Amino acid sequence: MSKTFRLSGYGRVDRSRPVTFLFDGKPVKGYAGDTVASALLADGRHLMGRSFKYHRPRGPVSAGSDEPNALIGVGEGARHTPNLRATQVEVHEGLVAISQNRLPSLRFDVGIVNTLASPFLPAGFYYKTFMWPHGFWDKVYEPLIRRASGLGKAPTAPDPDEYGLHYAHCDVLVAGAGPAGLAAALAAGKTGVRVILCDENPEFGGALLSDSHSLIDGVAAAQWVARTVAELEKLPNVQLLTRCSAFNYGPHNMVALNQRLTDHLASAPVGMPRERIWQVRAKEVVLAAGSLERPLVFEGNDRPGILLASAARTYLQRYGVLCGRKAVVMTADDAAYRVAIEMAEAGLKIVAVADLRANPDSAVVAEARARGIKVLPSTTIQRAHGHYRVGAVELAPVSADGAVGKGRTVSCDLVLMSGGFTPSLHLHCQARGALTYDDKLGVYLPGDSVEHVRSAGSCRGVYALDAVLRDGAEAGLNAAGGEGDLPVWTVTRQDQPGEGGFAGALPRRGPGHLALAFVDFQNDVTAKDVKLAVREGFQSIEHVKRYTTTGMATDQGKSSNVNALAIVSKTLQRAPQKVGLTTYRPPYTPVTFGAFASHARGDQFDPLRLAPADGWARAHGAVFEDVGLWRRARYFPRAGEDMLAAVTRECRMVRKTAGIFDASTLGKIEVVGPDAAEFMNRFYINGWTKLGVGKCRYGLVCRDNGFVYDDGVVGRVAKDRFHVTTTTGGAAGVLNMMEDYLQTEWADLDVWLTSITEEWGVIALQGPKAREILAPLVDGLDISAEAMPHMFLKEGTIGGIPMRLFRVSFTGELGYEINVPSGRMREVWDRVWAAGQPHGLTPYGTESMHVLRAEKGYLIVGQETDGTATPGDVGCGWAISKIKPDFIGKKALALPALNAPDRLQMVGVLTDDPHYVLEEGMQLVAAPQMQAPASADGHITSSYFSPALNRSIAIAMVKGGRSRMGATLYAPRLDAAAVRVTLVDPVFYDPEGARVNG
Amino acid sequence: MVEITEGCVLSRLPASTRLILQGRQPALQAACGALGVETVPEMLCTAEGAGGHALRVGPFELALQPTGDGLAPLEAALASVPHSLVEVSNRNVSYTLQGWQAADILAALCPLDFSLAAFPVGMATRSILDKAGALIWRTADQTFHIEVWRSFAPYVEGQLHEVAKSISYNILTVQH
Amino acid sequence: MLLIECPYCGPRAEIEFSYGGEAHIDRPGPEVSEEEWASFLYLRENTKGVLAERWRHAHGCGRFFNALRDTRTDEFKAFYEMGEKRPDAEKKEGEGA
Repeated sequence: MSKTFRLSGYGRVDRSRPVTFLFDGKPVKGYAGDTVASALLADGRHLMGRSFKYHRPRGPVSAGSDEPNALIGVGEGARHTPNLRATQVEVHEGLVAISQNRLPSLRFDVGIVNTLASPFLPAGFYYKTFMWPHGFWDKVYEPLIRRASGLGKAPTAPDPDEYGLHYAHCDVLVAGAGPAGLAAALAAGKTGVRVILCDENPEFGGALLSDSHSLIDGVAAAQWVARTVAELEKLPNVQLLTRCSAFNYGPHNMVALNQRLTDHLASAPVGMPRERIWQVRAKEVVLAAGSLERPLVFEGNDRPGILLASAARTYLQRYGVLCGRKAVVMTADDAAYRVAIEMAEAGLKIVAVADLRANPDSAVVAEARARGIKVLPSTTIQRAHGHYRVGAVELAPVSADGAVGKGRTVSCDLVLMSGGFTPSLHLHCQARGALTYDDKLGVYLPGDSVEHVRSAGSCRGVYALDAVLRDGAEAGLNAAGGEGDLPVWTVTRQDQPGEGGFAGALPRRGPGHLALAFVDFQNDVTAKDVKLAVREGFQSIEHVKRYTTTGMATDQGKSSNVNALAIVSKTLQRAPQKVGLTTYRPPYTPVTFGAFASHARGDQFDPLRLAPADGWARAHGAVFEDVGLWRRARYFPRAGEDMLAAVTRECRMVRKTAGIFDASTLGKIEVVGPDAAEFMNRFYINGWTKLGVGKCRYGLVCRDNGFVYDDGVVGRVAKDRFHVTTTTGGAAGVLNMMEDYLQTEWADLDVWLTSITEEWGVIALQGPKAREILAPLVDGLDISAEAMPHMFLKEGTIGGIPMRLFRVSFTGELGYEINVPSGRMREVWDRVWAAGQPHGLTPYGTESMHVLRAEKGYLIVGQETDGTATPGDVGCGWAISKIKPDFIGKKALALPALNAPDRLQMVGVLTDDPHYVLEEGMQLVAAPQMQAPASADGHITSSYFSPALNRSIAIAMVKGGRSRMGATLYAPRLDAAAVRVTLVDPVFYDPEGARVNG
Repeated sequence: MVEITEGCVLSRLPASTRLILQGRQPALQAACGALGVETVPEMLCTAEGAGGHALRVGPFELALQPTGDGLAPLEAALASVPHSLVEVSNRNVSYTLQGWQAADILAALCPLDFSLAAFPVGMATRSILDKAGALIWRTADQTFHIEVWRSFAPYVEGQLHEVAKSISYNILTVQH
Repeated sequence: MLLIECPYCGPRAEIEFSYGGEAHIDRPGPEVSEEEWASFLYLRENTKGVLAERWRHAHGCGRFFNALRDTRTDEFKAFYEMGEKRPDAEKKEGEGA
């Protein structure tokens, strides 16, 4: 007997292109067109993996994406991908593949002891066992379980490959290019509408590629496929995607496709993405996902060498590989007879076709009998024997009442099983399609969906080839609008689908308490696990699923769901349609994370927004921090300075001479129109009517619940024009909120909003020397203290560049915010910087900005406030207009609860030890030693070392804080005694506010 | 100007005047008149007059690109009509993306349908380019005028380059 | 990703929009009772069925508008401008228990 199982005269692999790849370090020969599974099977090797829980030896059970067993790792180092289906991985020269979940080797795996322990690992084992003691979960159970579970290992290095993501639009998307999909695409394509046809396989044709029997229009099925694909390729409105899985059906017909571009290539062109996700918005979708043959559930059904009958046919007809020498066929369905006939023709010895049915009598059964194949009606497999490979099965008679008699054991190295075909409903279900149970077929079929989707072919239970082609063509034409010619094909020599099929556990003799008959191969869930779950009271199929984990593996129950359902149905003695089916979740097949990330990676992960003086700051050694998407200079250390030293120096220079700061990231909105002042009155808590042109005011925004939302200085540029500033983080939110009220509540107002955040760059020039530095630069504009006091605004030019000059201060010093067109800000910055040099002008960053404002007790929204603070709580009750009839928050701010005396109020905090800087977030309690749980009196919101005071300062929100000045509180620490603090006024520096008016 | 992939050129345009006009129909009409555009363009349409382009990006909004001394005639024409005219010349950075793969490149970053039937020449709209807002205006079959906010420009340029790297490989071409 | 039909720009992908919560909630004046105010602030229908909701075409024309969406299926029944009445035809249909 030849050592190889490769047959000449069969298969579609390219014999002129031999390929060598490595499996577990050893070379394996195959041909271009092989999968790892077909190449190994050609060597007679079925053992390809170990199971998840019991570490049982496993071989492929299928020949496609439904494969639960033969999961392998492919590639090396950072390019390693775990858990790929060997039945789909195409071989190429140099491919490196490994088996998984085995220690030390595939053949000798110590984890097999779990099989011996299997009586002690029933359904829900983890839930029952690892409950107690509580503290054990983190430290003992979880690490143990994590080490023992899982299949492959994810690589730890960053993924070096490129990925893509594109949007696409079409009139008709056809998912699946078997007979129904090809017919649909052609029918739709010929009408001229935009069509996309995708299929997960390297070539179109689906089951037709394995069908050497049927003739379509007088030619072999595979030839018809070639002809049809050629016809589709000629249509410019049709796009064809192979190696492309429709894996997610999103709302409103947005279907995600995953296209694999390089994994099958020995060397990919530089820059070619490994995978690409297509987000396809389709007007109509035709699902031609086909059907999946159901495994049969019997003891030992997971032994290598036990395959689906259709898979064996595929290995023969597509890959020229015979899966064994001597086979038993176990079926409840006619299709397996065609497989038996073809396999026998190819040289496989068929010991017998065991048929669960009492009277199989269709044409194909008769043909098998006529060819001398032994047919055993009313027969089941009681048990399969073997370890690394099936060696024998016990065939046992089943009586009409289901009782199983004593059987006989026959030797074999291959078992081909067929429980009938389950329509692939995954995408239909993801499209929120209803399901209807078909009693005759014993399966669920697609029902109505809210989406513009239709199923065609065997995924909706249409099995005969001529009917599938017709169904596909009709679906395609209807999806395209219904106008056009319906392609018609004549099928000869086709097998009729016949009656039968079986779901659930095969009948067996004896109770089978110790029998491992697998329902879900990938998650190692057995028939007795499912029965046990029901006995323990789980009646909902969704609960059974979670308790047993059946259908929860990466194959999403492709082969297991219907069998699990049937077992539950039988155990509960409730009709399958009353039990229901669990939810199929995306992805249909696993998708590489890299594909989801696509071009959003590395520096391009998020936009990095650079302020106009960013380049200058970089050149001057700034340390940066991210604020939202912005990168902002945090401080400018000189040689040998740490942050505290740099910030201390920056703050002192601002208070002594002047500092320069890029404040461009502040949100800015231009509010324009005859009703601008009225709008501002309604939106802000402050009054605006009396604000003169050329003046500024600090504004506070509340939400209608009365809590502070944002703040900022507003300047009135003209009677009908306000220049509004917001916090950096609040810019988009404030504009959205303004538009919301304007468009939905106050649509009568003639006022409009424009974001000018990026129109104006802002240079904050702060410090006692600010005016001296600025005055010579502003082209004759009078900025003297008399002409331009604090909170005034002037328009002018600075070196010929247009300018809106605000005299405002967030430092408590004399200061300006120089607004200039952002594209020219750098020029202005350089000029100010040069002019400031004789005065000792110093750049400062966000950290110093925070310290300077804290010394003055200025709040930062989002730091002092947390979404539950009113203006009064943060000391801004003065800003609330008493005379406006309404504004956002007015009603809420009048509620007693929002004015209660014991609300958290903003106060200053000083530690006894002037060198100790509190942690922001520390709680404040009444006594130094309090037993937990204790309620806090407040918490620290801001805390710094203040260079101006030469001691630590903090701001806190404290219950009734404003009436507790001088009170003592304690800030508990985990590792040391509580810190004693005193509540003080939050304005630590220059409480009279003289400096700002300098 | 840089060829980001074979036959596709991304050019950053020199700064020029950009204005956002908002108001009710009479304001839009007056602004169009000042630019020499006879009727206010329909939603998402653009019009060109002697004084510049008007892009109808909102029901109450025109993005204006006046040429020459565009601002003064606009202000004069709008003097008696309630409106908001705000300059955003510095806020926006403008590009053209030109070449036979321009639509394919945009389709990697934007969920709009760039087929000529769905997005004809002369159409302009705000949308997104991945995580950045953008104004996209098709000025010719294979030419798009793109505007993004200044601070997003490096990101958007980076994304366009990133996408262009792999655009030649097995792309589904946006169909016309 | 939902396909949302902006009344001004036509159908667009969901990422261009921001959600605005339940529609047709009139903001009362400060003269109402505390109960009415609390109801305005905090009480929503949480409809299982056809919900009138607000969207803003934030990355488009910037306009707010209303939509009727079946929360069970995400199917949109209607899109209409702010200030328009909720289309009556759909009001009853599909409203959940």
